[in-house]
Amino acid sequence: MKVNWETFWIRIVEATGETITMVLGTLVFSSIIGMALGILLFTTREGNILENRFISALLNFFINIIRPIPFIILLFVLSPVTREVIGTTIGTAAAIFPMTIAASFVVARVVENNLISIDPGVIEAAEAMGASPRQIIFTVLIPEALGPLILGLTFVSVGLIDFSAVAGTVGGGGLGHVAMTHGYQRFDSSVMFVTVIILIILVQLAQWIGNFLSKKVMRR
Amino acid sequence: MITFENVSKTFVVGNRKVEAVSKVTFDVEEGDIFGIIGFSGAGKSTLIRLVNGLERPTEGKILIKKTPLHELKPKQLREVRRKIGMVFQNFNLFSSRTVEQNVEYPLKLSKVPKAERNAKVKQLLQFVGLADKAKSYPEQLSGGQKQRVGIARALATDPEILLCDEATSALDPNTTRDILNLLQKVNRELGITILLITHEMQVIQSVCNRVAVMETGEVIEQGEVFETFTNPQHGTTKEFIAATDQSLPSPQLLDEWRAKGGTALYRIIFKGERASDPILSTVTRKHQIDFNIIYGSIRELQQQFFGNLVVSFEGKNDAVTACIQELKDIVDIEEVNTNES
Repeated sequence: MKVNWETFWIRIVEATGETITMVLGTLVFSSIIGMALGILLFTTREGNILENRFISALLNFFINIIRPIPFIILLFVLSPVTREVIGTTIGTAAAIFPMTIAASFVVARVVENNLISIDPGVIEAAEAMGASPRQIIFTVLIPEALGPLILGLTFVSVGLIDFSAVAGTVGGGGLGHVAMTHGYQRFDSSVMFVTVIILIILVQLAQWIGNFLSKKVMRR
Repeated sequence: MITFENVSKTFVVGNRKVEAVSKVTFDVEEGDIFGIIGFSGAGKSTLIRLVNGLERPTEGKILIKKTPLHELKPKQLREVRRKIGMVFQNFNLFSSRTVEQNVEYPLKLSKVPKAERNAKVKQLLQFVGLADKAKSYPEQLSGGQKQRVGIARALATDPEILLCDEATSALDPNTTRDILNLLQKVNRELGITILLITHEMQVIQSVCNRVAVMETGEVIEQGEVFETFTNPQHGTTKEFIAATDQSLPSPQLLDEWRAKGGTALYRIIFKGERASDPILSTVTRKHQIDFNIIYGSIRELQQQFFGNLVVSFEGKNDAVTACIQELKDIVDIEEVNTNES
């Protein structure tokens, strides 16, 4: 059964909007949570400004449990929690919740890795000037790692476009949902083709914005 | 200004204990440029980090202007640190900030108002000679310029103490000279007490007035630079001095001298005013013998002359003996042994 493109393009625009909402929503929430977790991961490491073996071990253990779970499984496992928190398991908002959970841990590792690459001497210099741990986090760690952090978040958001397609198949809406119901289940290759093209454009756009911003920050 | 009393610092590496600093006692007086010299691994880096609490002592007392640093809580410690500047071997500038923002950073930490910050930054960049680089980023600067920014940044909060952690070790000899001159200017014009660590005797010799020599965590010798340099007690100290100032010709040359039938050689050390008196010619003329300088140097050390000559005497044996006897009362003189050097 083929779609009527004269009326169906509205559905495509809507779906694109839903995908962008899911990705941006998740990016915002997971950046905040992931940033906090990543900073905690880094600063509680041995010899660091908030060294704490217990928190460090606990966080690492937790992240290493969540991360290997395939997103599609996590989506189902989390659905009772999603219903509790969002009120429903269907729709864009309901997709953002599990996507945020999954993405936060990815962001946490990305942030941690970028912070590790900061020259420890620079952190020591700030300590020697009497900076508190909070001041070091906001005036040294984040600004010094900002360029690579933006690239890291770009990498994550490209992954999120993929996540959103998966979430779409189980009722999250968006391009994934359209591709699944019209393109895959009804064998309409034109829908499949259009949605894939739009997804590719979105990925390119995200990468382009990320590259632009990081270049601006890093001045190279 | 800075007092260390029996300070030790032990690190636990795996299940092994490493004593990086061991029962160290010394005093840095106000206005000093105090140098700590040692080979790498001697514990100098740990020692200098004990002064601003980046490392906490395992044992002993550290007093900064009578404040017991070892008893302070983290918040109080941060207050003290704002009054102690520190510069580093690798500069440790913030790559995300411009030169002026780097210098401004410690002022921001101390919540100094914007107008005051701007004025201070301008004045400091002028002082270190980098006013034209205010808007540059560290990556656009040479090593020497980076260290000037490091020094300006360390001076921003008007500290009374400046700690220099191998501040010239990553620089070429000319730049080292410039930075050492700048440190001297900081000491003389701003009256800031400087504690520096280094592995180069050259640095100690050109700017420090007092020195401590470290080996395996312990201070093995300390005192006035002139005294330590002209009369070193410990083998390691002698090694450091030999690296900048060879006091004897090489063994090959000494052997050659003897093979040619040369007479006994004497090493004479002149210090201070003695170095500018015509002692050798006066005394040898009196005993009617000749002298022949075969090796040596006269140099300036802490605004004093320091001469080190290797000479032979030509003349009647008893005249030579009498001459040496007389010289012994005036200067340090000793015979150069065959196997020495």
